[in-house]
Amino acid sequence: MTQPIRVLLAKVGLDGHDRGVRVVARALRDAGMDVIYSGLHRTPEEVVDAAVQEDVDILGVSLLSGVQMTVFPKIFKLLDQKGVDDLIVVAGGVMPDEDVVELKKMGVREVLLQDVPPKTIVETLTRLVDERGAR
Amino acid sequence: MKRFVPSSELVVRASRGEIPAISRLITRAEMGLDECRPALAEIYRKAGKAHVIGITGVPGSGKSTLVANLAAQLRRRNKKVAIIAVDPSSPYSGGSILGDRIRMTELASDPGVYIRSMATRGAVGGMARSTLDAVDILDVGGFDTIIIETVGVGQDEVEIAKASHTTVVVSAPGLGDEIQAIKAGMLEIADIHVVSKCDRSDSNKLVVDLKQMLTLGLASKDPKDWLPTVIGVSSYNGTGIDELATEIERHRAASLATGRAHQRELAIASFRLEKTAETLLIERFLKTLEPLRPALASTLCKRERDPYSAANELVSNALPQSIDQTEQAARAWTRRR
Repeated sequence: MTQPIRVLLAKVGLDGHDRGVRVVARALRDAGMDVIYSGLHRTPEEVVDAAVQEDVDILGVSLLSGVQMTVFPKIFKLLDQKGVDDLIVVAGGVMPDEDVVELKKMGVREVLLQDVPPKTIVETLTRLVDERGAR
Repeated sequence: MKRFVPSSELVVRASRGEIPAISRLITRAEMGLDECRPALAEIYRKAGKAHVIGITGVPGSGKSTLVANLAAQLRRRNKKVAIIAVDPSSPYSGGSILGDRIRMTELASDPGVYIRSMATRGAVGGMARSTLDAVDILDVGGFDTIIIETVGVGQDEVEIAKASHTTVVVSAPGLGDEIQAIKAGMLEIADIHVVSKCDRSDSNKLVVDLKQMLTLGLASKDPKDWLPTVIGVSSYNGTGIDELATEIERHRAASLATGRAHQRELAIASFRLEKTAETLLIERFLKTLEPLRPALASTLCKRERDPYSAANELVSNALPQSIDQTEQAARAWTRRR
């Protein structure tokens, strides 16, 4: 039996808008993935702990509050401390183009902005997991 | 873990309590990788120390919230707690939304708590096929109390009683009358009954209904048997959580003192054997079925064949021995011993 792709979708910080991330959750479920949703107002520590315990293939962090340049460095630092190096981290939401460039340098594999259709998100995540190979 | 870490190495790390290794082993158990079979066999031999608590109940009865509060209470009693929260997979896409964790945010970042969400992947009975492998892995990983939260179940999904040492059935007020309470099925498996949402005014009626249901059975009980109790709990104002934790500990102690715990271990082992054999048979059967399914379904749909003869042909393909031959083989095997 093939394993469904496991995804943790997380909302970090004081960002109260999760309509978008719930649309993504639904699209991923309908594409046959196991989706764990963190709920609102999580800390980077909580999100990283959850990603490790759930052993997800992908951690998707949704941000509409503009704190990406604070949150992602923290997440990568925590992953590094825990010795996790095969987790695929993606970002979603609304953020400026210059941040997208910086986030990718930091190790964020894809940044899926507000105008990306659900189908493309599914294809992107599937491709990233295929590229990673067995674990 | 960029390179493929062999499962045997993961067992060593998991035994030291390393969370990433524990998590990855559970993933491999879920995948059913051949590579991890020897590792899981080793895990099984080492496991068996933890107290396994099963929590079940209808959807929306408050299981996840109760589990979160119970786990917090057990933490105060210095237990290391692991939670396996099972949610359903979609019958259409196979995907899932695993939403139990969201009720457990209070427990986040406590190193003495581990939470793992699992999808049923088509398994019936309230658990996933690899739930009990995960229990063993967490046991070996050093968690002394393991809570299995089943999917929201109906009246008849009672497998959790054959997988846990203490079974808690959660009922919510407003869903039925006292006749509902004396039906066979889920209510029978409880070692402890919990009535959730007991901050609501109609909850006392349900507590009374359940207590009456239990007294109806008193006459046919052995006095030495465990008598299930009914505890009203409110996760809203915290009522009953402490009492529930104490009752769970009392059940465990009573089981160990009377030898019922051993009986239960035997029943769990027997159930495990049956379920694992069932999984192997189904896998083998589906391999045979898949190529033949469209053509056979089409002949059935046209009423050219009947379901029994078509299914019988499939089974004979998957299991070349006839039932008679299997029985003969079983008798021969028993004689040899």
